Amino acid sequence: MKMARGFQRFTDRSQVFTSLVPAEARRPSKDCGTILYMERVSVSFDGFKAINDLNLFIDMGELRCIIGPNGAGKTTMMDIITGKTAPDTGRVIFGERTDLLALTEPDIARAGIGRKFQKPTVFERHTVFENLELSMAGDKRAWSLLGAELDDADRDRIMEVIGITGLSDVVDRDAGDLSHGQKQWLEIGMLLMQDPLLLLVDEPVAGMTHQEMDKTAELLTSLAGRHSVVVVEHDMDFVRSIARKVTVLHQGSVLAEGNMEQVQNDPRVIDVYLGG
Amino acid sequence: MKSVMNPSRWLGAGDRVFIVVLVAAVVLVVLGNAVAAEGSAMHVSTYTLTLLGKYLCYALLAVAVDLVWGYVGILSLGHGAFFALGGYAMGMYLMRQIGERGVYGHPVLPDFMVFLDWDALPWFWYGMDHFGFAMLMVMVVPGLLAFVFGYLTFRSRVSGVYLSIITQAMTYALMLAFFRNEMGFGGNNGLTDFKDLLGFSLQSDNVRLALFVTSAVALLLGFLLCRFVVSTRLGRVCAAIRDGEARVRFLGYRTENVKLVIFTLSAVLAGIAGALYVPQVGIINPNEFSPLNSIEIVVWVALGGRGTLYGAVVGALVVNYAKSYFTAALPEIWLFALGALFVLVTVFLPRGVAGVLRRRGAKS
Repeated sequence: MKMARGFQRFTDRSQVFTSLVPAEARRPSKDCGTILYMERVSVSFDGFKAINDLNLFIDMGELRCIIGPNGAGKTTMMDIITGKTAPDTGRVIFGERTDLLALTEPDIARAGIGRKFQKPTVFERHTVFENLELSMAGDKRAWSLLGAELDDADRDRIMEVIGITGLSDVVDRDAGDLSHGQKQWLEIGMLLMQDPLLLLVDEPVAGMTHQEMDKTAELLTSLAGRHSVVVVEHDMDFVRSIARKVTVLHQGSVLAEGNMEQVQNDPRVIDVYLGG
Repeated sequence: MKSVMNPSRWLGAGDRVFIVVLVAAVVLVVLGNAVAAEGSAMHVSTYTLTLLGKYLCYALLAVAVDLVWGYVGILSLGHGAFFALGGYAMGMYLMRQIGERGVYGHPVLPDFMVFLDWDALPWFWYGMDHFGFAMLMVMVVPGLLAFVFGYLTFRSRVSGVYLSIITQAMTYALMLAFFRNEMGFGGNNGLTDFKDLLGFSLQSDNVRLALFVTSAVALLLGFLLCRFVVSTRLGRVCAAIRDGEARVRFLGYRTENVKLVIFTLSAVLAGIAGALYVPQVGIINPNEFSPLNSIEIVVWVALGGRGTLYGAVVGALVVNYAKSYFTAALPEIWLFALGALFVLVTVFLPRGVAGVLRRRGAKS
């Protein structure tokens, strides 16, 4: 028996060659230092280099703002992280060892990366409550969905998120009937329901009033710490109000990185973006 | 699964009205056929009964199409193929029931095989003389085809109009294959000249009545099953896939698996509809695979109102009644009438007949 097991261990080559270990969507532990590594990532569309030798590292619990002129590759970068676009070269690692390039969008989402889109994309023909229910973390296999029921804890969680996002008055309304700002909030709520480790937030305050902007800034800063948050934003006032560390993208690679003051005083940044 | 036991949670007002009307109509027809005297106003002839039974099979087929089109957004233009496969499985059973009463009197081989000089039954005909096995095949064969087809297409993310075109190609390819004598399904004549079902003569009025009632029960159960499925969280995910599949993927759902489950379920329902259809019309041939048939099913659903399930039933009944009427009264007008009906509905009733009923219901 002992010999058989020894033989089995000897023949189990997946332990020797890490490349043979199947890619799995594992949720990284919270105490890993760096949640996302992007190394030497490049992608081009019809010869146009959208991302060019990009290196980006996001720390656990950090709030990072990414700015850059139009066409700098901000959205493409998010597409690569979430599995929508496959890069030509480079490595993208989530947590300690999850290779994101080997996973599909749903697997990446299950591993703990949530995304909010530039244009609010909620399910317009579902109610606010249903939108949040669908986003809830949990078993998402087709067969389990057939018998899935909300328990009290789930309900409490949904109502809590409805409270945070200020949508209590419209819980049972179709999401399509909401105002633009409310849709933005609903989508942020959907992100919260997913309980991701890394939140990618594309232009969260577009179309929001100043009050709503302040509320969003408050929410995003409160999320940092427990979650890592990456915000792509055009609105410089907003970035200034939340940013601790800013990365400037230009022509598909990192132009500058640092706190807001350093970045603003960087002559290259002034040249391509802030000054221009 | 607790909620299955509590239909009030998943049946809306429209569904309840529909169920009551359907059951009442079926009871009236049954009484009219079995009890009412010939010549009385309530009398329903066996001919009409069989015609109505045929419509009920079409209605179940329409419900199956509405499940994938109305709730998941998969516009299948090949559901006639699943219907026909279910019909062929039933037809094979009925052929084996003929036994020695065929024209050539061969104890095992159906007439067309004797005619083709075959000396043994092809392997895929084995077991089809057992009713239970044949009924299993009625569900397994369409289900398996849908599973394999869906697995390949959904995984490669073929969707929208491209998927519709492939489903058309699938049913067309099957039609061409079934036209060949070498396939072993009777070539272009198909399977016909059926005698018995479970030992009862198909010509008898009681069997006709039983088939009608079975079709009605199958329609009701199929409707309830679909209604239940779309009321679960799976159903809400389906509707979300219909409205924005990419977004659903980013929420962590493997949308291809969800679509596969529903597509397969729908194909099984279509197969059952086909199996009930064949003994009532007495024939199954490759024309059932014709791409035009599958498009017609979609027209029924569009006319009735997609995404309601009962709308699909209404559409199937209305269009087929009109078809029976027009093809008898004004045969050359029928296709124009169908086309006009479709155009008028799309322009004036974008949500179909069910949309109008719903608006009326909301007002009163």
